[in-house]
Amino acid sequence: MTDPIIKTEALSFSYEAYESHSGELVLRGLDLSIAQGDFVALLGHNGSGKSTLAKHMNAILLPTGGAVWVDGMQTADEDLLLDIRRTVGMVFQNPDNQIVYNVVEEDVAFAPENLGVPSEEIRARVDEALRQVGLYEYRKHAPHLLSGGQKQRLAIAGILAMRPRCLVLDEPTAMLDPIGRGEVLQTVTQLNQTAGVTVVLITHHMDEAALANRLIVMSKGQIALDGPPRAVFQHVEQLRALGLAVPETVALLWELRQSGYDVPLDAISTEECAAVIARLFANQSG
Amino acid sequence: MDAIIETHKLTHIYSGGTPFARTAISEVDFIAYSGEYLGIIGHTGSGKSTLIQHLNGLLKPTSGTVTFAGQDIWQSKAKTRETRFQVGLVFQYPEYQLFEETVYKDIAFGPKNMGLDEAEIDRRVRNAAAFVKLEDALLTQSPFDLSGGEKRRAAIAGVIAMEPSVLVLDEPTAGLDPVGSEEILANIKEYHRAKNATIILVSHSMEDVARMVDRVVVMHEGNIPLSGAPKEVFAQGALLEQIGLGVPQVTRVFQHLRALGLDVDPSVYTVEQAKGALLSTLAGRGAGHGD
Amino acid sequence: MAIKDITLGQYFPGDTFIHRLDPRIKIIFVILFIIALFLCQNVLTYAILAAILVAEILISKVGFKAVLRGMRPILLVVAITAVLNLFYTKGEGEPLLTLWKLEIYAEGVRSACYILVRIAMLIACTFLLTYTTSPMLLTDGIESLLSPLKKLKAPVHELAMMMAIALRFIPTLIEETDKIMSAQKARGAEFDTGSLLQKAKALIPLLIPLFVSSFRRANELAIAMECRCYHGGEGRTKMRQFRLRAADISVLLFGLVMVVGIGTLGHFGF
Repeated sequence: MTDPIIKTEALSFSYEAYESHSGELVLRGLDLSIAQGDFVALLGHNGSGKSTLAKHMNAILLPTGGAVWVDGMQTADEDLLLDIRRTVGMVFQNPDNQIVYNVVEEDVAFAPENLGVPSEEIRARVDEALRQVGLYEYRKHAPHLLSGGQKQRLAIAGILAMRPRCLVLDEPTAMLDPIGRGEVLQTVTQLNQTAGVTVVLITHHMDEAALANRLIVMSKGQIALDGPPRAVFQHVEQLRALGLAVPETVALLWELRQSGYDVPLDAISTEECAAVIARLFANQSG
Repeated sequence: MDAIIETHKLTHIYSGGTPFARTAISEVDFIAYSGEYLGIIGHTGSGKSTLIQHLNGLLKPTSGTVTFAGQDIWQSKAKTRETRFQVGLVFQYPEYQLFEETVYKDIAFGPKNMGLDEAEIDRRVRNAAAFVKLEDALLTQSPFDLSGGEKRRAAIAGVIAMEPSVLVLDEPTAGLDPVGSEEILANIKEYHRAKNATIILVSHSMEDVARMVDRVVVMHEGNIPLSGAPKEVFAQGALLEQIGLGVPQVTRVFQHLRALGLDVDPSVYTVEQAKGALLSTLAGRGAGHGD
Repeated sequence: MAIKDITLGQYFPGDTFIHRLDPRIKIIFVILFIIALFLCQNVLTYAILAAILVAEILISKVGFKAVLRGMRPILLVVAITAVLNLFYTKGEGEPLLTLWKLEIYAEGVRSACYILVRIAMLIACTFLLTYTTSPMLLTDGIESLLSPLKKLKAPVHELAMMMAIALRFIPTLIEETDKIMSAQKARGAEFDTGSLLQKAKALIPLLIPLFVSSFRRANELAIAMECRCYHGGEGRTKMRQFRLRAADISVLLFGLVMVVGIGTLGHFGF
């Protein structure tokens, strides 16, 4: 086994050290280890601490208790800051506020320029990143004329140009329409599958969480549920109690189970769900 | 039911007469009936934002007419202004319009612009705050100190306080978590019920629209290719997919079931309906099995 | 005003000789052209510069219409300047015309004409620069030209960064202004009626949300920039390297010759 790309040990955090907030702990002794190449979805209602956790993954926030390692580098070590940030790239909710320059390709070049990458190599990285997110044709465009989904893909390209090994996306689809969401999710899935980039996706949408290999549900600064989506979605009541919805497919199967029919709850896609119901019908009449 | 808002051959062209001219909606005939809960679905750029901004006279038609309760809203300046208060419009991310020192004052902004007296403003502010479940203690706070969900509800209260007979909301749950979304949808339902108001909900979420509304209008490329009861609209799965809108998940499950040769209702669109339909079929089969 | 124009599509993308020139050379050429303009003393020198300007416009394929349109907003200022010159220039001979206390001399007419032509040409050549150079290239060019000042601890990189961010966010903020305005109008706000004081007061519901959102954006942008390893200008490289080509050097030499030539002609004028 290779070392985890992100590891936290007894991670605690309170905003008190940063601002005049109350000393309440937002993260409470969190132990987490994310394997290289994994696709992890992070869920939780507002205030569960998921965004705060994400900000620890590339040293935007530093632990007030415990420690975080990125690829073996402790985030509290200031000398390693740039190395940590080029290893774990962050994408945020509002694409507009992540784009620095008003030409697409110039913007993608921003991070490698900051890292002092030689000019010819920047060019190569920019072209590669734009191709990875499918925006190469738009390289000369002005960002404000792009659609929401395109803007968010541009923000991803801007991170990819650092050649990060891990991508942390904090509700990247919250402000997008279904088409934009689809574009971003496809890009992220592809990066994970073909380029082997570790993905940590924070989301409210259950169907997005279903794309991951591993699903972590947070509540009150701690991990409440952790496992493959199929396993986690079975805990319908607990998820609802935590203020989360389950996909309609799982909700329907759960209702059937409540009515006394013995159906499995791990059918997430509409096809799987239909297959389960068809089997139930066959058994009942057979 | 009587039509409360009606558009006739409504066309809007942005930047008309310049090389950048763009037709957002063209010859749209739209009706909202008095007291109904109407859903508008469509993609970004389908023209739905342009359409709803005509309903309260924020945008002036390039051609065609908009009528409110049978009268052209552009017949006089006074009429246009009156419509602005009759048709309350809540924009996307309305919390970004909060500006007053206190939540109370912010909610009072609309009623004040209507020229109401202090007592009436006070009644309306408290009423509106109650609809969106904002506690009295919050009214004296700065709107900028509220949580995300509270800000959103305060902003919606700012429109509700004008006590419009039609309430139009553009993506009121965008960016909220499931709990926050449910709260807002419940607030809207409550206003609909208590005031017998017409509600027009613009949304991307098929599931939300399916659960909430009485009637659906589908917008695509500046037109209305489809409208009707959710049952009728979601039965047009192929057309919706073609537009790229899709149908609620349970509807798709039922489409798969039909493809598998099972005789189930194709127009099911909520989990409740699906459960009911499956249980009754299963009960029937169970009985048949017993014979 | 100038910045708004640049960002609102005032750059005309193209692939002409002028578009391809090094932005630094273009900036220097514009400066040389302005110097030459101020050395002009007579009809011939103005005519020469006008010919050069016309040639530039033709080569750039921007079109005379666009150049004239760009001048429209500044027309009033130009007109006032010309009129002031018309009245305030005292000639030696008899006034051509006397209107109450104002006297117009022949010198005044000439001076007004010159100032009119001078300002018009000055504006035309700067507009031509922004029409044919993308704002990003322009910013980079300015940063590059000013880079010697870095040795004097002048914050050249920071200035360029600020310009770039301004260019990037102006369209976004205009869009946002529009949205907030519509949202407040939906609550009965009126922005275009009432006295001046009322109008100013009506702006509060617009300006406060705009400020709040700008601060939020600034905050988020700063974090996003940090995530992309921004740590000031030190050790930064650039994707685009400026390299002078033969065409650039020719234009530079042409500019120098123009200044010397006009200076000489003006001095020994007709």
